[in-house]
Amino acid sequence: MKIYLPNSAFLGNIDSFLKNMDFSDPTQLKITANKKWISIHPVVLCMIVALGLNLKPENIKCEKLEAKSKHYLQRMGLFKLLNLKTDTTIIEHESAGRFIPLTRITNSRELTTFITDIIPLLHLDPEQADSIKYVVSELVRNVLEHSESERGAIVSAQYYHKSNTIRLGIVDGGVGIKKTISYAHPVKTSLEAIQLALTPGITGTTQMIGGTEYNAGAGLFFIKSIAQVNREFLMIYSGNAMYKLLKSKLGLKQTTLHGDPFQDRHSKGEDYPLWKGTAVGVDISLGKTKEFSVLLDLIRDAYIKTITERKKEKYRPRFI
Amino acid sequence: MEIKIVGMVGTFAENKDLARDIRITKIIPTLEIDEEVILNFKGVEGATQSFIHALISDVIRRYGAKVLDKISFKECNENVRKIIGMVVEYMQES
Repeated sequence: MKIYLPNSAFLGNIDSFLKNMDFSDPTQLKITANKKWISIHPVVLCMIVALGLNLKPENIKCEKLEAKSKHYLQRMGLFKLLNLKTDTTIIEHESAGRFIPLTRITNSRELTTFITDIIPLLHLDPEQADSIKYVVSELVRNVLEHSESERGAIVSAQYYHKSNTIRLGIVDGGVGIKKTISYAHPVKTSLEAIQLALTPGITGTTQMIGGTEYNAGAGLFFIKSIAQVNREFLMIYSGNAMYKLLKSKLGLKQTTLHGDPFQDRHSKGEDYPLWKGTAVGVDISLGKTKEFSVLLDLIRDAYIKTITERKKEKYRPRFI
Repeated sequence: MEIKIVGMVGTFAENKDLARDIRITKIIPTLEIDEEVILNFKGVEGATQSFIHALISDVIRRYGAKVLDKISFKECNENVRKIIGMVVEYMQES
């Protein structure tokens, strides 16, 4: 496997980074990077860790990094989590208010601890924290419950002062959305599976509308809605498919939440290197998170509308 | 029976396993002996839809919406109240 860390890879321009990944030799991982500057979304780091955890450290080769920003990789815990030696020396700064280093979460108890810890680390106000806690909880629980990942979820976050945004990555090396959804719904492609997974009321645990006693099939729809109302990006990459919710240009009052993610402003593709598992990247603008209560009203309307429409489609009179 | 949620799940109610435990060990047994349940959310700052779903959806599915006459939600903040309202509504729709 070969990964090249480019000058810039954030959700807006991540497509070329994803397409350039080379998974041809799964027995080793070679990491190279831009010589001058590396500026990457936390989801990129999470993906590297998810790949590297399947290998022994001696089978991971990271070229000598020259970029001025190379210390960022070390500070985020990339080398530590992969048990790699590095000659990069950094001056440790107070981490509070800046980032959540790469963390592996393998069970419910660790998730609860993680959620409790991240809010003071990111120095968030209670109202700002609602969206972040919500997103982390739902996405990591998806991994723990559905991904069949032996190594759990890899999570990381970074605060960006200029845009006043928290950027989150949650990645697993499990079975992927297509297999998960296929347990209850016939799907032919990974892209179709992502579409269904984002549709409210659909879960891989049952065909029943409204879900089971444990799963409602609403988690990813909530995440997409939070990103959409915040006018930020959401990226889901699984199998050979990638769906990206693009930034909305509309204000909150004009925002319409669609049950079908393909009706939202988005880009998508199914010609990406095969990712065994699921990678999710999401940006949350802190300047707009006070609208969480309004967001809940919008989600409620969209969720009920979609459930009702699906129910009408499923149950029609049989004329014989 | 009054169930104080914060003491069991903390200030952010997101652990579905704990929600299921509360439902199975406290809510359903109380309803089975025809007593009322008060779910007290005092101190709970936020909750996920998944948590509330795991807490009450099966109760509504099992006993029907009329069971809501026997369940009260106490001291909920605005967001928790909205999430409970949403789960109750879609469980009646589905």
